[in-house]
Amino acid sequence: MTEALLISNLTKTYANNMQALSQVNLSVKQGDFFALLGSNGAGKTTMIGIICSLLNKSSGKVQVLGKDQSQHLNEVKRMIGLMPQEFNFNPFEPIEEILINQAGYYGIDRCTAKAQAKILLKRIELWDKRLDMAKSLSGGMKRRLMLARALIHQPKILILDEPSAGVDVEIRRSMWDFLRELNAQGVTIILTTHYLEEAESLCRNIAILDKGIIIEQTSMKKLLARVSQQVLILESVKRLPNTLPELDFKIELLDDYSIQVVLDEVSISQALNALSVKGIEIEHVRSAQNRLETLFLRLTSRKN
Amino acid sequence: MWIAYKTIVIKEILRFSRIWVQTIFPPIITTSLYLLIFGGLMGERIGDMQGVDYLHFIIPGIILMTVIQNSYANTVSSFFLAKFNHSIEELLISPVSYWVILLGYISGGIARGFTVGLGVFIAVSFFVELHIYNVWIVLMTFLLTAILFSLAGFINAVFAQSFDDISIVPTFILMPMTYLGGMFYSVEILPEFWQTLSKFNPIYYMVDSFRMGFLGSSTTDFWVSMSVLSSMIVVLAVVAFYLLKKGVNIKT
Repeated sequence: MTEALLISNLTKTYANNMQALSQVNLSVKQGDFFALLGSNGAGKTTMIGIICSLLNKSSGKVQVLGKDQSQHLNEVKRMIGLMPQEFNFNPFEPIEEILINQAGYYGIDRCTAKAQAKILLKRIELWDKRLDMAKSLSGGMKRRLMLARALIHQPKILILDEPSAGVDVEIRRSMWDFLRELNAQGVTIILTTHYLEEAESLCRNIAILDKGIIIEQTSMKKLLARVSQQVLILESVKRLPNTLPELDFKIELLDDYSIQVVLDEVSISQALNALSVKGIEIEHVRSAQNRLETLFLRLTSRKN
Repeated sequence: MWIAYKTIVIKEILRFSRIWVQTIFPPIITTSLYLLIFGGLMGERIGDMQGVDYLHFIIPGIILMTVIQNSYANTVSSFFLAKFNHSIEELLISPVSYWVILLGYISGGIARGFTVGLGVFIAVSFFVELHIYNVWIVLMTFLLTAILFSLAGFINAVFAQSFDDISIVPTFILMPMTYLGGMFYSVEILPEFWQTLSKFNPIYYMVDSFRMGFLGSSTTDFWVSMSVLSSMIVVLAVVAFYLLKKGVNIKT
């Protein structure tokens, strides 16, 4: 099957000689939910800018569903929907107009665009505000508006640059559901995010970009399997003693009822048994860390 | 491409219509004041010019001045704001050709020039009995003038980095050129040196042709004026297209 996105030797050097991307190679399969992670300034937004024709590349090749961007620019543009990191709509335009205009730029007539805008605005719960100026929306609503605008021409590939920045938990979760729904319908989704929990929860494959270089590209499953260490918070049924017993794993008292354990080669059940033998009965277990976050920090610091 | 073009034009018309208190109404008031003061009050003391009374003489120039200012203002402010709030990216990521983007913005400038010009014409006709010698000359001159200054406004917007940059050209270049282009006087009354110098000012040709459309008399051949305007439009259109295609101050 043709790759949804195939990037070969992509390099971008800005006019001030700052090299944002260096010989980047990346491939994203059709129908994938793909995470592109990297610290601030790693080159994610530059890469997205080049894919979406907002920036000129210095060298390299970008292919979208088998079409070379340099030769089939308009076809490539039609296949991509972009939700950028920064708000980039006219704040003095009514919300519905923003969607209808965007559809018009893709050659969709006003009548069809209006119907499509209605579906999307209802789906993202902004239909009641359709006549309001975009400036009157909250940060989370503005993000949802940009998501609807990215989808108005029904793209095959959806690129989301920090989609949930500044969005509250409830709306973030409903946005995730919507994205899963789109992905299930066959839309390839490429996501950059600082919320690693978001990438871990949504994406099947991942690439990590650091200082303009791809340092890792693999499946989320394989990547997470590399994290052998687990840090857990355990809550005891009874009040814990002030002095904790010596065990085969690291243990630390957090408060009267909770401890933090670091498990390297010991499984959770072995740890719970060991604690039980010492008279500590555990009621709740929860993770003290995001596994992807641990790995991300490890990979990027190793490179540095 | 037609739908994309239509979308940009509708967007532009809605944009200036929504803020009609800033865009349409003030030019109508100020030009009516110009006519009252220069034409009505001072005109009788000045007497005839180019064979007609002063009030009728300055009306075409004043209407054309509003067309020049508003066509320019529309493209410069709209395109600069699109750059400023990054909404230009909506167009750059979509499959709209650069010619369509340029044509859309120019058509927006023409639409505002026409709306305000027509508004001034209607306002003036309440006070003065207006005669049009040749409506086609009036329309053709209006169209070329609006295209030319919409293109100039577009180029200004491409280079502008701040709000100051979009007011410098209208204040220090456009305004003097408009006033020295024979809007309030016939160049025939100038000394020979200044008459020759006036012929390097494109606004002179516009005002002269527009006046011919209204009064039936001009100081330069109509087709010479049209050729000058058309040549300038071609040059500015090529420059604007080149800047847009290269992504100057838009893409890095």
